[in-house]
Amino acid sequence: MGSQTLFEKIWNQHVVREEPDGTTLLYIDRHLVHEVTSPQAFEGLRLAGRTPRRAGAALAVPDHNVPTTDRKQGISDPMSALQISTLENNCAEFGISYFGMEDIRQGIVHVIGPEQGLTLPGMTIVCGDSHTSTHGAFGALAFGIGTSEVEHVLATQCLVQKRPKTMEIRVEGTLPDYCSPKDVILAIIGRIGIGGGIGQVVEYTGSVIRSFSMEGRMTLCNMSIEAGARAGLVSPDEKTVAYVKGRPLTPKGEMFEQASQAWLDLKTDQGATFDNLVELRGENIPPQVTWGTNPGMVTDVNGTVPNPADIADEKLRLATQRALDYMGLQPGIPVCDIQLDRVFIGSCTNSRIEDLRVAAKYVQGKRVSGKVKAMVVPGSGLVKQQAEEEGLDRVFRAAGFEWREPGCSMCLAMNADVLTPGERCASTSNRNFEGRQGKGGRTHLVSPAMAAAAAVAGHFVDIRDWA
Amino acid sequence: MQAFTTVSGIVAPLDRADVDTDQIIPKQYLKTIARTGLKEGLFADWRQQSDGTPNPDFFSNQSRYQEASILLTRDNFGCGSSREHAPWALLDYGIRSILAPSFADIFYNNCFQNGILPVVLTAQEIQTIFDRVLSKETYQITVDLPEQVVLLPEGERYAFTVDSFRKDCMVKGLDGIGLTLKHESAISDYETRRSQEAPWLFQNSTT
Ligand code: SF4
Repeated sequence: MGSQTLFEKIWNQHVVREEPDGTTLLYIDRHLVHEVTSPQAFEGLRLAGRTPRRAGAALAVPDHNVPTTDRKQGISDPMSALQISTLENNCAEFGISYFGMEDIRQGIVHVIGPEQGLTLPGMTIVCGDSHTSTHGAFGALAFGIGTSEVEHVLATQCLVQKRPKTMEIRVEGTLPDYCSPKDVILAIIGRIGIGGGIGQVVEYTGSVIRSFSMEGRMTLCNMSIEAGARAGLVSPDEKTVAYVKGRPLTPKGEMFEQASQAWLDLKTDQGATFDNLVELRGENIPPQVTWGTNPGMVTDVNGTVPNPADIADEKLRLATQRALDYMGLQPGIPVCDIQLDRVFIGSCTNSRIEDLRVAAKYVQGKRVSGKVKAMVVPGSGLVKQQAEEEGLDRVFRAAGFEWREPGCSMCLAMNADVLTPGERCASTSNRNFEGRQGKGGRTHLVSPAMAAAAAVAGHFVDIRDWA
Repeated sequence: MQAFTTVSGIVAPLDRADVDTDQIIPKQYLKTIARTGLKEGLFADWRQQSDGTPNPDFFSNQSRYQEASILLTRDNFGCGSSREHAPWALLDYGIRSILAPSFADIFYNNCFQNGILPVVLTAQEIQTIFDRVLSKETYQITVDLPEQVVLLPEGERYAFTVDSFRKDCMVKGLDGIGLTLKHESAISDYETRRSQEAPWLFQNSTT
């Protein structure tokens, strides 16, 4: 076999059979399950009289609907309560591991997979959730699927796939101080567009990517889907092995040694080629802020909101105008003049311990602006516990932030955490679509540092010259 | 799954690029544990104006598109969330085929699981159909999957490509899981081999 990319290596290791036309039966190692996209899949199994092929390959957790206030009160919305009890019952019936709402290990599905050591390099990982791309940070081929395919994986541990194309996104140089993986991925999406990665698996390479911690790589890979990509990958290195080691579900002893050898071999060979290449320089990436209604509508913190009058292309002009109308923004105003009502620090993009540490640094000893309502929603019970041990909860509370229980929360506002129409929010989540955080709500995507500083100032600030 | 061979019907225009699945069906409709009855949620936030009255500009509120079975739209349709509720809602409304210059991957795939045919045409072909739909009431076209062609009443034939395996499943209305289970012995052989090569992949998720 000639030179191969990391993607090709993982793919080839998982081919169960391949038809002459390239249709491939691909083996799936891990399956994460949550309450919103699974009930119809379990129902399908029942109707067909099927059972999971490998129940032990799956792990289920409720995250989208769970309340982030006192869990002892239960769930007030009967529909949400039913969806969660349905998941619990399905897992009991089919023998699937389940972390319930009161379990300290409960959290956002893409936070707990890596945290538990369920996510390992070289795996194929799926979940009925588009942000499954997060797990690519470990050099695992991880992608989102629909509910029919959730059922397919439960029943067969396989998926029928065609080999996607590949794209290398190389970020060389060094990142300016105060810039984060979130800024890098937003800049990438701004560059290639929200459809730029369609049909492709992205591998992120270059010195800037290498310098990221595992949590930073998760933030990066998480938003691969916002560029339209099927999945994002970072090849495993010593950081990956160190992160994985000793977690509850990672291999132990000699098996760990054997596994880590295999993991460190998982890299793109010299001379292997990608279908597409995109290059960015780290030096050129300042903090990013989205101004519009998709993640590609993004600019630098010291930039301005676009003016449709300056846009020649008619379709783009109309789309820009429409986004500005929805967002309630004047054309051409500086990003730092945008005034905020809410700040949300959380989501599978930015709710891990490093995110909370960075945000706390900007908040320490300060007060949230009087006109802003701010909240922190840790990604899991264990992240929350760790933050509390470090005293981060006290920093946030003292500044006027609410400190909540873990879950998806206002990333998609399926529970009680919702923007009211017209409210404007700086959010560390991944989607600024119309109504995403509540009907009529206006979302600006930023890094944890940018969100924390904005909470204090009441508007966006350039954190590079803000103290 | 409902088989798909040929669908002839009224075309509904949705002249926007990058329509995400949060718009196709907003989150408040995702709390269901069923896959039917979702048309209530289809484009729920776009169908209404902010005061709750129907948006007269939206296709579903216009009598000429009431019987539409084909949706015409722009690039990157179905981006964002993987929710299969999006194709379920479209199907529940009566949409059997969607024409666009490009689709988001997960949505595209989800359509095939539900007997909805997503058809990629060139931007120019899509524009031509938009022009015709807007200028003629009850404009109807035919989407022919076996022949892989979109037929316009004026005589144009727009060929499209589709994966042969997917096409076969759609035309025959096959159960994908049943097909995979025919390869049970290949799956078992794979598992036996891999669990020796890389045993850590086969540890159970129970702690
Ligand atoms: S945090 Fe948001 S993006 Fe992540 S899984 Fe939950 S709803 Fe989806």
